[in-house]
Amino acid sequence: MKKFINDVENVENEMLEGIVLAHPEYVKRLEGFDVLVRADKKVGKVALVSGGGSGHEPAHGGYVGKGMLDAAVAGSIFTSPTPDQVFEAIKAVDAGKGVLLVIKNYTGDIMNFEMAAELAEAEGIKVANVVTNDDVAVEDSLYTTGRRGVAGTVFVHKIAGAIAEAGASLEEVKAVAEKVIANVRTMGVALKPCTVPAAGKPGFELSEDEMELGIGIHGEPGTERKPIQTADVIVDYLMERILKDMNPQSGDEVAVMINGSGATPPMELYILNRRVHQILADKGVKIFKTFVGDYMTSIDMAGASITLLKLDGELKDLLMAKADTIGFKME
Amino acid sequence: MATKAEVLDFIRIYADKMAEHRQELTDLDQAIGDGDHGINMSRGFKAVMEKLPAVENKSIDEILKTVGMTLISTVGGASGPLYGTAFMKAGMSTKEKEELSNEDVILAFDEAVGGIQFRGKAVRGEKTILDSMIPAIDAIKASIKEGKTMAEALVEAEKAAWNGVEYTKTIIATKGRASYLGERSIGHQDPGATSMAYAFQAANEVAQKAGK
Repeated sequence: MKKFINDVENVENEMLEGIVLAHPEYVKRLEGFDVLVRADKKVGKVALVSGGGSGHEPAHGGYVGKGMLDAAVAGSIFTSPTPDQVFEAIKAVDAGKGVLLVIKNYTGDIMNFEMAAELAEAEGIKVANVVTNDDVAVEDSLYTTGRRGVAGTVFVHKIAGAIAEAGASLEEVKAVAEKVIANVRTMGVALKPCTVPAAGKPGFELSEDEMELGIGIHGEPGTERKPIQTADVIVDYLMERILKDMNPQSGDEVAVMINGSGATPPMELYILNRRVHQILADKGVKIFKTFVGDYMTSIDMAGASITLLKLDGELKDLLMAKADTIGFKME
Repeated sequence: MATKAEVLDFIRIYADKMAEHRQELTDLDQAIGDGDHGINMSRGFKAVMEKLPAVENKSIDEILKTVGMTLISTVGGASGPLYGTAFMKAGMSTKEKEELSNEDVILAFDEAVGGIQFRGKAVRGEKTILDSMIPAIDAIKASIKEGKTMAEALVEAEKAAWNGVEYTKTIIATKGRASYLGERSIGHQDPGATSMAYAFQAANEVAQKAGK
């Protein structure tokens, strides 16, 4: 394992220190906790708290700021943060109008955030939560824990954050977040696995000529392993599954996110994006806005995901509303 | 029965096992999960060992609750809430007891497993912790009912726990991250069931040492 680290036990902590030193105008750290909150004082609005394991940067601390999150809780790498940490975040940002927790659909995340919500409610704080589950690679059935929350979560942060910033009630913020969740779909692919520092070796193995389709953001094995193909063929495969699930009609409008997994050059992400645009144009689906970059990474995984968000007038306005965070800006 | 010294001994031995089997549990989790079970459990029990001296002289329920709280706040993932809740519930069931009768031990295990089921919303047969835990507890109950000692019962419990671990290789995961693999999870041993089996191994070792 070759990484810029000092001590595997201290990676998360030193990263948080580095983030705060780099961006004091955006975030500060809750003393004694792995929680980043907005640098400016909390305002009289519904507060948004998200988080999860570390290793997905800029998620989630990079989305703390005006128009998005009020706090992000950072767990150990790929491990949900603990209830006490989430509880501190809730207490720190609650401004009397309630707190919405944005949770990605993983067993651990749900348990830890639920326990934190129980603690907060016991102290009289109004808490609601939404669970993101945009990954079409995983079947949503009674027999699984449901689809995983992946890169589409960033759209939930953006859009729910915008309506909260505008002064909406907790119920309204939750409703909009759920609308995004209902309309966002993602699928990913990996070319090379990622290495969790404490594990010291890759989470799975792929030979030089293989790719893992349907990969999760924690390096969990995907749904299918195949010989590597050209970028266009890979996009066709991913888009076929996304479109089948989403079923957009000609004339529908979508936002597109081409997300890099951490070790994918922008060059390749743009090549993927090119094909996504071609496919949507063929279907008559209008692209309202495109995002290309590292939004929800998996440490040093080489891979990418494609996210489509079906938009209506309300979602378009909220998507374009002003946001100013480390990892996501909208002028 | 179990004395406070034995409860403490159990916690220490289990903590040693989590450190010793850190890599094994992580490897199992890498095959079907996110590859951190051993890392998280050993981190949690390292923290438990740091907290233990401060509560050694307190009651059994205080000791168990401290273990539970420490696991909840240090392990993370799904294992933190699950193991943490198990120790918390076991602790709450032993309130004001300085020594546990066989009935008390069984009640503590029942409360622990109930806590895990509540938090994890799982049942037996879903390739989880429960697949080694429930058969082990059933074995204790059956043995005690037959008039065996707790030491004899724990021999059976450990056996049942490892059989449960073997059984997890044959079934599809429907809870936790392994469920994303669907049928591809068959053939793999569940890391959570394995770490739980080590708990019964630890309890068995304590009982054999005490010889009862």
